[in-house]
Amino acid sequence: METKLPPASTPGSPSSPGLSPVPPPDKVDGFSRRSLRRARPRRSHSSSQFRYQSNQQELIPLPLLKDVPASELHELLSRKLAQCGVMFDFLDCVADLKGKEVKRAALNELVECVGSTRGVLIEPVYPDIIRMISVNIFRTLPPSENPEFDPEEDEPNLEPSWPHLQLVYEFFLRFLESPDFQPSVAKRYVDQKFVLMLLELFDSEDPREREYLKTILHRVYGKFLGLRAYIRKQCSHIFLRFIYELEHFNGVAELLEILGSIINGFALPLKTEHKQFLVRVLIPLHSVKSLSVFHAQLAYCVVQFLEKDATLTEHVIRGLLKYWPKTCTQKEVMFLGEMEEILDVIEPSQFVKIQEPLFKQVARCVSSPHFQVAERALYFWNNEYILSLIEDNCHTVLPAVFGTLYQVSKEHWNQTIVSLIYNVLKTFMEMNGKLFDELTASYKLEKQHAGASEPSYPLHPPIILPSTSSREQQKAQERQELWQGLEELRLRRLQGTQGAKEAPLQRLTPQVATGGGQS
Amino acid sequence: MAGVAGTRMGQGAAGGDGDDSLYPIAVLIDELRNEDVQLRLNSIKKLSTIALALGVERTRTELLPFLTDTIYDEDEVLLALAEQLGNFTGLVGGPDFAHCLLPPLESLATVEETVVRDKAVESLRQISQEHTPVALEAHFVPLVKRLASGDWFTSRTSACGLFSVCYPRASNAVKAEIRQHFRSLCSDDTPMVRRAAASKLGEFAKVLELDSVKSEIVPLFTNLASDEQDSVRLLAVEACVNIAQLLSEDDLEALVMPTLGQAAEDKSWRVRYMVADKFSELQKAVGPKITLNDLIPAFQNLLKDCEAEVRAAAAHKVKELCENLPMEGRETIIMNQILPYIKELVSDTNQHVKSALASVIMGLSTILGKGNTIEHLLPLFLAQLKDECPEVRLNIISNLDCVNEVIGIRQLSQSLLPAIVELAEDAKWRVRLAIIEYMPLLAGQLGVEFFDEKLNSLCMAWLVDHVYAIREAATNGLVKLVQKFGKEWAQNTIVPKVLVMANDPNYLHRMTTLFCINALSEACGQEITTKQMLPVVLKMARDQVANVRFNVAKSLQKIGPVLDTNALQEEVKPVLQKLGQDEDVDVKYFAQEAISVLALA
Repeated sequence: METKLPPASTPGSPSSPGLSPVPPPDKVDGFSRRSLRRARPRRSHSSSQFRYQSNQQELIPLPLLKDVPASELHELLSRKLAQCGVMFDFLDCVADLKGKEVKRAALNELVECVGSTRGVLIEPVYPDIIRMISVNIFRTLPPSENPEFDPEEDEPNLEPSWPHLQLVYEFFLRFLESPDFQPSVAKRYVDQKFVLMLLELFDSEDPREREYLKTILHRVYGKFLGLRAYIRKQCSHIFLRFIYELEHFNGVAELLEILGSIINGFALPLKTEHKQFLVRVLIPLHSVKSLSVFHAQLAYCVVQFLEKDATLTEHVIRGLLKYWPKTCTQKEVMFLGEMEEILDVIEPSQFVKIQEPLFKQVARCVSSPHFQVAERALYFWNNEYILSLIEDNCHTVLPAVFGTLYQVSKEHWNQTIVSLIYNVLKTFMEMNGKLFDELTASYKLEKQHAGASEPSYPLHPPIILPSTSSREQQKAQERQELWQGLEELRLRRLQGTQGAKEAPLQRLTPQVATGGGQS
Repeated sequence: MAGVAGTRMGQGAAGGDGDDSLYPIAVLIDELRNEDVQLRLNSIKKLSTIALALGVERTRTELLPFLTDTIYDEDEVLLALAEQLGNFTGLVGGPDFAHCLLPPLESLATVEETVVRDKAVESLRQISQEHTPVALEAHFVPLVKRLASGDWFTSRTSACGLFSVCYPRASNAVKAEIRQHFRSLCSDDTPMVRRAAASKLGEFAKVLELDSVKSEIVPLFTNLASDEQDSVRLLAVEACVNIAQLLSEDDLEALVMPTLGQAAEDKSWRVRYMVADKFSELQKAVGPKITLNDLIPAFQNLLKDCEAEVRAAAAHKVKELCENLPMEGRETIIMNQILPYIKELVSDTNQHVKSALASVIMGLSTILGKGNTIEHLLPLFLAQLKDECPEVRLNIISNLDCVNEVIGIRQLSQSLLPAIVELAEDAKWRVRLAIIEYMPLLAGQLGVEFFDEKLNSLCMAWLVDHVYAIREAATNGLVKLVQKFGKEWAQNTIVPKVLVMANDPNYLHRMTTLFCINALSEACGQEITTKQMLPVVLKMARDQVANVRFNVAKSLQKIGPVLDTNALQEEVKPVLQKLGQDEDVDVKYFAQEAISVLALA
């Protein structure tokens, strides 16, 4: 029904008759949390780390490290480290400016010193260094300001204490990378608990912090052999929690990036533990809503695994098919991209194992009304290697996709898709003309059959759907009869258990009583 | 499929005694294996039909083994299966055979997808009750043990939910084993499992003997509450509520309170938040004495926590906490130990904290009585009424009824008015909508005079708001006002103003007149409707905008039942007939509809 508007006065949106355009909220609480959160001015970021800081002593600038004789260097270093362990409130940007400046200068000096001076890192300074780092970086991350934080859309909250924090991270990194650094000494302090807390920080919303953490964790993984298995295990715990419990963790992409290079270094044959990680953690990660944020890194990990061990291919592809997106076209395009990456490295012997279900899915994608999905799927035929695989197995692949391609070529709304499909069909024809002709003939026959047989079921109009072939109709009818028969049998059984004292019609009622869970 | 169905049809005519061979299991299985997920799902949902058709024996020997073997499907299908099996006991032959259902459910309890697993556990819990004690020990408990020592975390997580259902009916020896298994899950290597165990700790504690609670559950609780992961620690807080209910005051003080105290000061705000969130439950569980000694100081800390989330959660609990204090000395405790902290929250930097407080603070007036309310609470109410955040003001206004009972709303009315006016004109229509919803309540409490003087013009302004939802809500609000203040008031105050809008140059405002008439006619009664409203409606039938005209038709249909036959026949009928000949199809349609509904044809 159209809404008639008077020529001039049209304030706001005219309401269509009968329907109120804005359904009135039935609850008084008309505030959606979201709208309010969006609208209000940004609250200053709070951070739990200042909880236990009381009676702050004032920081006094110490002499420069380069100005003292070597004999006093370590004593001064340790005092500087202690100074850097004092925390400041960055929420109040004018509070204790002098102290902040003293700490910043000291940190700068430490960064400089550990990076360029040899012989500074002797055993006694390790505990002081690790203590300073721990005090600064380990903190409970504050609650997210925006509960529906979307890493793709929203601006992240940046860590207010970054001016200091960055220097601490920089110092940590240089410490780990210093030629004097001795893992055998450091491992007493960089232990499992330390690593666990480091991993928790990957949830930080600040991308700058995650970038540092990524490099640092990578170094830790490289230098502390005893922690490797633990790091891998904790990472998989984080992922599993992310998949099955929370769907929220900011550092997934960074962790996957590290894992990508870790997987790269796995020795062959792969341990069961690693294979399990692929199948039970990496593959299910594809099901997460926010896949787009970390998909590139995830696909890289998966392909790394397949390059290591081709026998995993079938498992991986079947896994991807299981988690294939049903409604999200954006994700579908990503899946297709990953699938092509996998096909790029697939061994022909593996391809044979999954070609049928795989190409049925590809055919479904080609027939997607979303042209980007269809287009991405059709690009497979531009890939030389994939094309050669298809050619080698055309007797299986062609029948799996032919019907869909043929139909979509006639029906798709998007001209680009139609012409892409024509190209694909042309390739098929050149690939195996005989098979192509056979498939065309049988497809047409089936179509014809469907058209001709429609009037043969005049008594059952409801089961004749417009585009179903006669075989499908027949199946549907058989199915209906089967369930009808079952229902009758069920009722007869019920009668049997009820005894035969009631009249047949009344016996229809007991199904309510016993039919557990039928809807 | 065609071949299989052929077999079926070949035997179809037999009927009668040949039932068992009528539907070979293969046919059904074919259905359950169909390529189309939706068809498989439909078949699974009719699983009880299949089972009934097969009979109990074949269900046990053929259907269930098939289901157990082929558990690899879409999660949606598995979910439906897990649900179905929970109600299957009757279909496999009653409690004596309930254990036949365990194998498929056991597999389902180990799958990756959480919803499927949870549903399988739910069904297992249901079925456990149908087991005989012997069958429980012979079949169910071994299943729990298998799950509890499964090698992937999914099965161990599922096991956590099954301990409490089989424990009470097990023999002592088996009980000890069950406890042992639960203990090891509480210190599982995987945090997911520890979380599952922690979340079931309270439930499990409830079915244990008191001695075991003290000797085993309490240490588990203490461990979980100091877990390395805050996600585990916060679940221990929940368990604390259940555990505390089971112990005596002395035991509580010695065994539980130190741990709870730690949780309230945990370094992770999530754990502290949980303590704040569960505060009322904890308070009830530990009893009045410990509340005074331990909980009140903890609560004070939560109210001035450094994290706004925690403060807001605590602020939400202020009223409940005060209500649940023992009557004796309650006032003193609130005045001395709670109120000072509340005063600070009123000027908190975070609006969610203030808004949480505003949603409960009015409730304190009934607890503290008139004198204290006027002296101590009123300034806080007034401060919140002037808060910069509309949500805070709204929360105060929406709870005015509590104060009204204690001191009467007049005390507030001077401050109330500016707050209401400001909300009424807020730029966000949802804020305006919220205040409209409270108008009838406010009007009732402030009285008709105050309303006419100060608020009436607001209500009228809403009728010409540029957002439809506001106009609509304002229209509905009028009805409630008329119900409160009576017909005469409506006739003198509301109706004339509404009718004036019929001549407004804006057609939307003219339509608002019609909507108001629709809403008000019943409340105003026949006389006002016939004498004042009807002429206006009839006049509008000549409006140049078709939307107005067909709304006239709709209005006439609506108010028709209120009018007498005379008016209907003499005045309404000709107009509707004329509209029935309108050039616009919609106008015609609604006019004809009105004619037929009012039986004027």
